[in-house]
Amino acid sequence: MVGLISVLILIPLVGAIALYVGQPKNARTVALIFNALSAFYALMLWQKFDATASGLQVIERHTWIPSIGAEYLVGVDGLSLLLVLLTSLVFPFAFSAQRLERGACALMLVMQAALYGTFTAQNFILWFLFYEMTLVPAFLLIKIYGGENRDYAAVKFFVYTFLGSVAMLLAFLGIYFAKGTFDFAALAGLGKSGLLVGKLQWLAFAGIFLGLAVKVPLFPFHTWLPDAYQTAPTGVSMVLTGALSKMGVYGFIRLLVPLFPNEIKIAGPWLLGLVVCSIVFAPLAAWAQRDLKRMVAYLSINHLGYCLLGLFAITARSTSSVIDMHAALSGVFLQIFNHGLTAAALFYFVGLLEERRGLRGIDDFGGLMQRTPLLCGWMSVAMFSSLGLPGLNGFVGEFLIFKGSFATAASFTAIAVLGLLFTAVTFMRAMQSLFSGPLAQSCSGLSDLIRREKFVIVPVTLLMFAIGISPQFVFNIFNATVVQMARLFA
Amino acid sequence: MNSWITTNVWLIPAAPIVASLLILAFGKPARRTSVAVAILGQIAALTMSIFAFVPTLRSHGFRSVQNFTWFTFGEQALRIGFVLDPLASAMLLMITFVGLCIFVFSIGYMAEDKNFSRFFAYLSFFSGAMLGVVIANSLLLLFVFWELVGLASYLLIGFWIERPSAAAAAKKAFITTRIGDMGFFLGILWLYHASGTLVFYDGGRGCLEPVALSAIGSSVTLVALLIFCGAVGKSGQFPLHVWLPDAMEGPTPVSALIHAATMVAAGVFLVARVCPIFLVGAINGVTTSLTVVVWIGVVTGLMAALIAVAQSDIKRILAYSTVSQLGLMMVSLGVGGVAAGIMHLLAHGFFKALLFLGAGSVIHGLHHEQDIRKMGGLRRLMPITFLTYAIGMMALSGVPFFFSGGWTKEEILHATSNWPQSHLPHYLMLIGVILTALYMTRQIIYVFLGNRRTASENAHESPSVMTIPLIVLAVCAILFSVILTPAWPWLESYLTGNAAHFEPHLLIQPMIVVSLALVAAGVSVGIWIYRRAGETDPLQHAQPALFRFLENKMWIDEIYDRTIVAFSKILARLSDWMDRNVWDGLVQDIGRIGQFFGRVTTSADERVINAGVDESTSGAQGLGRLISRWHSGQIQTYLGAVALGMLALVLLYAWLG
Repeated sequence: MVGLISVLILIPLVGAIALYVGQPKNARTVALIFNALSAFYALMLWQKFDATASGLQVIERHTWIPSIGAEYLVGVDGLSLLLVLLTSLVFPFAFSAQRLERGACALMLVMQAALYGTFTAQNFILWFLFYEMTLVPAFLLIKIYGGENRDYAAVKFFVYTFLGSVAMLLAFLGIYFAKGTFDFAALAGLGKSGLLVGKLQWLAFAGIFLGLAVKVPLFPFHTWLPDAYQTAPTGVSMVLTGALSKMGVYGFIRLLVPLFPNEIKIAGPWLLGLVVCSIVFAPLAAWAQRDLKRMVAYLSINHLGYCLLGLFAITARSTSSVIDMHAALSGVFLQIFNHGLTAAALFYFVGLLEERRGLRGIDDFGGLMQRTPLLCGWMSVAMFSSLGLPGLNGFVGEFLIFKGSFATAASFTAIAVLGLLFTAVTFMRAMQSLFSGPLAQSCSGLSDLIRREKFVIVPVTLLMFAIGISPQFVFNIFNATVVQMARLFA
Repeated sequence: MNSWITTNVWLIPAAPIVASLLILAFGKPARRTSVAVAILGQIAALTMSIFAFVPTLRSHGFRSVQNFTWFTFGEQALRIGFVLDPLASAMLLMITFVGLCIFVFSIGYMAEDKNFSRFFAYLSFFSGAMLGVVIANSLLLLFVFWELVGLASYLLIGFWIERPSAAAAAKKAFITTRIGDMGFFLGILWLYHASGTLVFYDGGRGCLEPVALSAIGSSVTLVALLIFCGAVGKSGQFPLHVWLPDAMEGPTPVSALIHAATMVAAGVFLVARVCPIFLVGAINGVTTSLTVVVWIGVVTGLMAALIAVAQSDIKRILAYSTVSQLGLMMVSLGVGGVAAGIMHLLAHGFFKALLFLGAGSVIHGLHHEQDIRKMGGLRRLMPITFLTYAIGMMALSGVPFFFSGGWTKEEILHATSNWPQSHLPHYLMLIGVILTALYMTRQIIYVFLGNRRTASENAHESPSVMTIPLIVLAVCAILFSVILTPAWPWLESYLTGNAAHFEPHLLIQPMIVVSLALVAAGVSVGIWIYRRAGETDPLQHAQPALFRFLENKMWIDEIYDRTIVAFSKILARLSDWMDRNVWDGLVQDIGRIGQFFGRVTTSADERVINAGVDESTSGAQGLGRLISRWHSGQIQTYLGAVALGMLALVLLYAWLG
């Protein structure tokens, strides 16, 4: 009597246990086998999913701890399914980036299970359990397997996000005492009339906001991110940015906006102000970085900022038209997926460079185009995707977000467009100093892409092109959910 | 066949793009193969353009659109489409024809390059993207191709990637045009918001059709100006013109195709395409947005012509000349001469490609020498190049009757003289005509006439694969004038959708005489100044300060470097610094406060509550010890402490609140 989603959550856990007990020599291969299994079940879920129906599907509901309203309730709508698919994509991509040790592979698999849980759980207690379950493996992966400065980065990451979680947990306890339910759908229904009274309502809003803002992260709660992404091993950075960072945005969409529609409207201009700071300052800071990984990390902040721009712009005003709501939400969903794909690819390429050269400073390379044209070419595609070149995936999502946000937040949108420019400047500078000019002495021995790497990067890039040229197949996943959510938010 | 192409017009850009992908997909194919694929793609596009041209002749004001849904988001459909009308069709023919000439020329010019195949792949990709811009029936689709054109331009300017100057120029081009494109992007968003559609023509509901236009309301001026930002970037208009002369770092055929004949004209094309938006609320054909277009064009046209007089790199002179001519076209569009502007664009495409390829032939013959002061006397050594170049020069200068440029320029001057707002643009453009004749005369004298100088010693005429395209383009520069004359203004009628009548008495117009006089003045002043020119420029002798000012491009690059660029860099460093010290510093300060509380707790534990009283105290003491052990001066201990401190505070507040 175990449902499809439960199986999906269990597979990586079984994989982690297998790695622990079996002590296989080639841990990565085992992890990849379990990933293949996960991917298969994720595709089954997609196949079973009725894209035309709104609301939750493939629901599993079991009583768990009735006295505190905790229920084992999992199910997917378009957004959840999209994130499940993204997770299933990013993990094998990350595993193939790097030969991680057995322990690291096991921790990654635990994190994967927790992510599946986070994206499918529909009861707060269960959701929070999974949400926190991602934190421990992430902490350990940075702390044990990270590079320079790993202790500092790991503790900072942990304390920062844990602090946010605590705030969120307190807020939900408050809500539970007032309303007596942890069910997401039930809470969303109560949101419009207010969940708590007076100051408590704002306190709960602030608590949940803080928890999620740290997770995304939103300016100025982002300072843990560059340190954490920089020091984590390539594969872990890919997962952190590709899948883990989506939990924050997901939480905003699933929790904060439905639960606090009135607070969002009042705080709207402030929230948008923070978002625009994220969008503009992050790529500026990225431009000033010498470390490629840090550069990509900062751009990640910028790209997730676009998601929140779309979300807050349509919910901060009650005047949003249906088309703008649909545009912004579709754009946000697509951007979540696109960012996962593209940012992971960028970390992958930085990892390839680091693996070859032993360093990853922007000045440690020069004239690579003459030595490794294929690596440069494919890496350029990922960079152009990230800077929003039409024809690649990034553009479609960003266009829709801006389309949606322009109507109600024109001035914020106009400033946010600067983010697109600074992102381009950052990548242009990186391409110039990495790829062009005379071949640097230290780079003369670097090898171009080998077959295994091509085997990884070609499908990922083709997916970027597919979404950029004909994105309908992705929209089909979540169109019904977009319509439903737009109605909820209106 | 005809109706088949009008419903499948997308095949025209698809052919070169497919060719490009084929070349790239096969890694490093043999040179012959890649050339064959590229040229076949281009010929296919040209053939289909001719077929597409035929139906547009049948009826005046022909327009065929195919709109379709790109994707559905939520319950909304995003529609895009393709359009075939006289404007698109004329552009298609020019781009594919000039493109083909340049492809053939490149076979000779790039013969020794080690990345020969990649060059043709990029060139084909460019061609396809540019054709897409022309037939797009949606501002969004136009923007998609517009950006792809920008990408192709970036790749081709930086084609010789091992040269740092080429890489820098490519980066500069991409970023400068993107600055304009951000405005364009906002314009698209605003138009979409205000009119509800981005499709140009949609059976009465398109954004260029009256219903949607009237829905835009008072914001229409801003929408138009934002869209114009994109045109300013792409067409090298002041103040975003700085990238175009630097773009000459690319191989010369690239300069000819992209930075002279086609891509830079995309901005002019864009304004012509969305002209109805600029015209909303026009009184006598004058609107605020069009007035801005006129003045930007005037400033650009005159400034670039002045700078061109003091340049010594053969390609840079032509680059500034291009900037100047694009300014002229903008003026024409702004004063209401849309057809005249587009006619000049088409004519310019032929003769400027001719001039650039001629310059390429010279550079090739002189083993990559580009300084005109080191050339001289090439007329005997490179007779075909010389003759064709002279034809190009006369077309560019605007010599009437026999050369296409003469007629179109005359049309533009005619249009400016009728502008009700002000006559100043007209007179300034007349000065521009003199300057154009002057700098072209200077170039011809330096390069082809006089005695041979250092670089001319081992010069040789280029192979026929390069000279034949020159001859073809030269013939076009002359023959094209047949359909431009006021006596039989076929092209103008075709573009505006009226019938052309043959009226020979219109051949002699007052403006023709004026043009002729001005060109003659420019040429004779040029001959008089430069007849005995040595390796230093006579103007440099006469007016050293002025010459230096112009030679250094009015120091605009330097001004940008020290203001906008420097400011952005400081902003970037500041963002980084703020991140490290202010935002992160704040977090660490909170950590320190938490650590302080931790210390207080520890001491309270030890002094107030004695050890071993009851379980809870020992627990707290254990915690206290833990905290004091963490107190190692490391940041993480502070952060650990802050978590606990904050937790306690929030708990307290939550229970009390």
